[in-house]
Amino acid sequence: MTGTELLIWIRGPALQIATVIFLLGVVVRIFEILVLGRKPDLAEPRGSAAAGGLRTIVTRMFADRGTLQRSTFTVVAGYIFHIGIFITLFFFAPHILLFHETLGVNWPSLPTQVIDATAVVTIIALLAVLVYRLANRVIRYLSRFQDYLVWLVTFLPILTGYLAFHRIGLAPQHLIATHIASVELLMVVFPFTKLMHAFTLFIARYYNGAIAGYKGVNS
Amino acid sequence: MTASLERGLNAFREQIDAPVASFFSSCVHCGMCAEACLFYTETGDPSYTPIHKLEPLRRVWQQEYTFWGRLAKAVGLSKPVTDEELAQWETLVYDSCTLCGRCSMVCPVGNDIAYMLRRMREGMAASGHAPEGLVGATRRAVTIGSPMGVKLPALQAQIGHTEKDIGMTIPVDVVGADYMLLLSSMEIMNFPEFIGAIARIFSKAGVSWTISSEAFEATNSGIQIGVSEIAAELVQRVVDAAEKLKVKNVISPECGHAYMAIRWEGPNLIGKPYNFKVVHILELLDDLRKQGRLKISGKETQRLTYHDPCQIARRGGVVDQPRHLLNMVAENFVEMPETGTMNWCCGAGGGVSSNERADGLRLSAFKRKKKQLDVVRPDALVSACSNCRIQLEDGLEENNMDMPVLSLTETIAEHLADD
Amino acid sequence: MSKDQTIGEALRARGISRRGFMKFCAATASMMALPPSMVPMIAEALEKARRPSVIWLSFQECTGCTESLTRSHSPTVEGLIFDTISLDYHHTLQAASGAAAEAAREAAMQENEGNYILVVDGSIPTKNPGYSTIAGISNVDMLQETAAGAAAIVAVGTCAAFGGIPHASPNPTGAVSVSELVTDKPIINVSGCPPIPVVITGVLAQYLTFGVIPDLDELGRPRAFYGQSIHDRCYRRPFYDKGLFAETFDDEGAKKGWCLYKLGCKGPTTYNACATTKWNEGTSFPIESGHPCLGCSEPDFWDGGGFYKAISTPTEDITRTAVYAIGAGAAAGVALGAYNRSKKHRMEKQHQKVGIDDLEKGD
Repeated sequence: MTGTELLIWIRGPALQIATVIFLLGVVVRIFEILVLGRKPDLAEPRGSAAAGGLRTIVTRMFADRGTLQRSTFTVVAGYIFHIGIFITLFFFAPHILLFHETLGVNWPSLPTQVIDATAVVTIIALLAVLVYRLANRVIRYLSRFQDYLVWLVTFLPILTGYLAFHRIGLAPQHLIATHIASVELLMVVFPFTKLMHAFTLFIARYYNGAIAGYKGVNS
Repeated sequence: MTASLERGLNAFREQIDAPVASFFSSCVHCGMCAEACLFYTETGDPSYTPIHKLEPLRRVWQQEYTFWGRLAKAVGLSKPVTDEELAQWETLVYDSCTLCGRCSMVCPVGNDIAYMLRRMREGMAASGHAPEGLVGATRRAVTIGSPMGVKLPALQAQIGHTEKDIGMTIPVDVVGADYMLLLSSMEIMNFPEFIGAIARIFSKAGVSWTISSEAFEATNSGIQIGVSEIAAELVQRVVDAAEKLKVKNVISPECGHAYMAIRWEGPNLIGKPYNFKVVHILELLDDLRKQGRLKISGKETQRLTYHDPCQIARRGGVVDQPRHLLNMVAENFVEMPETGTMNWCCGAGGGVSSNERADGLRLSAFKRKKKQLDVVRPDALVSACSNCRIQLEDGLEENNMDMPVLSLTETIAEHLADD
Repeated sequence: MSKDQTIGEALRARGISRRGFMKFCAATASMMALPPSMVPMIAEALEKARRPSVIWLSFQECTGCTESLTRSHSPTVEGLIFDTISLDYHHTLQAASGAAAEAAREAAMQENEGNYILVVDGSIPTKNPGYSTIAGISNVDMLQETAAGAAAIVAVGTCAAFGGIPHASPNPTGAVSVSELVTDKPIINVSGCPPIPVVITGVLAQYLTFGVIPDLDELGRPRAFYGQSIHDRCYRRPFYDKGLFAETFDDEGAKKGWCLYKLGCKGPTTYNACATTKWNEGTSFPIESGHPCLGCSEPDFWDGGGFYKAISTPTEDITRTAVYAIGAGAAAGVALGAYNRSKKHRMEKQHQKVGIDDLEKGD
């Protein structure tokens, strides 16, 4: 298969399959959670559950001082790679074009040097996170095969994106095809793993805040 | 009917709801909950990681309530939850967790781990894997009316002593009183001065109150062991007494889990709202303060700090009231470095203090509180839960720290102005 | 002109001064990024070179490559090089026709066996050899026959190098490139649709000078001309990096000469000399004229998903698929969720009350 043929297949049928698995999987999982429902609370409320829920969705982004001091690496490195992924994914012009084409939305891009530097920082942060997962007693104890798989499918798109941008290693069509393929791999793995947290954390934080807000506590 | 694995698993299945499903879906194994749990921080044992304590429940969720999990189970690719596993998890679920909920405040994806652990106990108990001490306490609570075995005569004796001390009558079984007071066995047996303090404060503030001879126990062992029907039965006794005495409010005393049980879980356990309101004693005292009905003379001058009982503050919502009250009676009140809803557990709630097997772990956990105290260096420690008080006293003694542990209510009573 | 004249003799016969000839050699050296010290060597080589025989076969082509080549055939020095090779067979340029033309080809092949250069443009149909024939001989046969005695083959144009337009989906003629049929001769792919004139002549000059096949990339193209991408040499690159793009062909951005990536430019994945050497003797190239690069020197550029679709976009309608997937997910989710809920209800209904006697296991 020539580079162009591979790229056409990756941008065409492969993307269709990945999109179906990803969206169908995510939606099914969300419904599986929500339809289980929750019994109504018969105790007299002190505060608003809904307000608490919405509040916690936002405030849980920020760690309190003590937690920041005790879990510094997890919080800081976690922020770096999440923000890094966010910037490289949503502010690189070719990516914005993709969203424009599929969703009809458009927004300004950042200069490629910024994206490039961000990608490097993100790659370093992800490598650090992997090392920490192996070195930290608690995290290593909790980790299963899935944790390492998820790390890999998250790491590959940024690494291959960087290589494709810099044209390192293979012909450009092959590099771009590999990059898009790595994203498709991420999409396919997504609904079966903890990557679902990207969607379900809104639900979890809401319930957390709602349960606490009902009692008048800001969680 | 006896306990069995199947009953336990069925209980797990019943207890899994949308919040539980969303929590398990979101966990990313970041380990931050461990750093928030005093049982981990003071022992360094990773098995005390809060989310890890829920592993059997998680597997039931995965295998029963997710499509792929069910598929994996059908083709034999999943690990079933066994009785041995639940036996192994008993110490994690009961000895190393007080349901303090600090983990729930810290989880970045928003998991309420304490919420899940409370539900997991339903399955643990139904499968026969609750600790002996707690089973005993629960039996006594149901058959005798108190987990410590305190019967009405014992209460009456304490009431008698109190009446002599303070020169007032304690109103018992007064129909139509505004407030019905509950008392925890711990208070009755170990801190009976509490009753006197209440009587004096209510008398000065003009509060109409009573104690029910039929239902005076505040502690709810059912909540701690995790058996909803037993918890409901204990709540129903209070409800029946309150309705019989036609009171408008029920007061939850200085006891953490009692408040959680009667205020928040109660109506859901019995399946209908109450005909009365439930207030924590601190809420009532703060209302009296706001209404100017508490006349205080003289303030505490020693350096005081406040330990927030988890079920009252973080899990209960009574956070500001003790501070208003302390500022009213104390000149030198300082907060702990992490305070309010982020304060650290004493280490003994949620049934841990009824569980002799957990004694060593409980005292290790106290070291977290000690570290806070080492920073604040108070002359005395104030709290509003008798179970916390016993644990704090135990812990301070174990660590050769000479520091009195005071009840907030009793401290207020000491500073009541004479007319 | 006589076949036995050397290039030097031929040039002098045409009145080209020594100075003019040296200027050409200097230009050739600089175009191939060779140091000035090589110029005398080029001059000497060309001076002494016997005009080699070149046979040009045209198969399924549009004649655009010849058009491009002859655009440099004007009173310029590049054009003169064609007096320095003996172009023994070329459909468009030859005077002879019919049997005489074929006879000339066969004679050249015989006389120069093993030494002539075979230039091919156009793809070769394989589904049915009858799709393209010359004098009754199929392209496949003529190629095999002529390639057998060639010293080297230059596949000019994307059709000959990679299959080009005829190879585009659905490829009804079964068109293939030269390298897919000839595997035992050195082949230089000079791709482009068409290739830049001086690239064609530059490759020939390089071969004439050094007598060896130049350094080729993994697609068989000379790195001297195909070693860099349009993207890396494009004068509009700063706009790409800053994030300034033309969104339509006549908006402000287009008028200001901003990057054409969003209009489908294939510059990043296209390797050619357009951005540096340019066309029409350095006048301009597509991007400079405001049109995105088509990627015409790359294989399958016709099937690249659309000239006006950027490389990062899907080639099929993903939006529709996404909507269906979400819909199907919702339906499946409701069904599965309902199943979960009913199971939970069943458990609740079957709940056996736990009393104080049920807290321990029986014997």
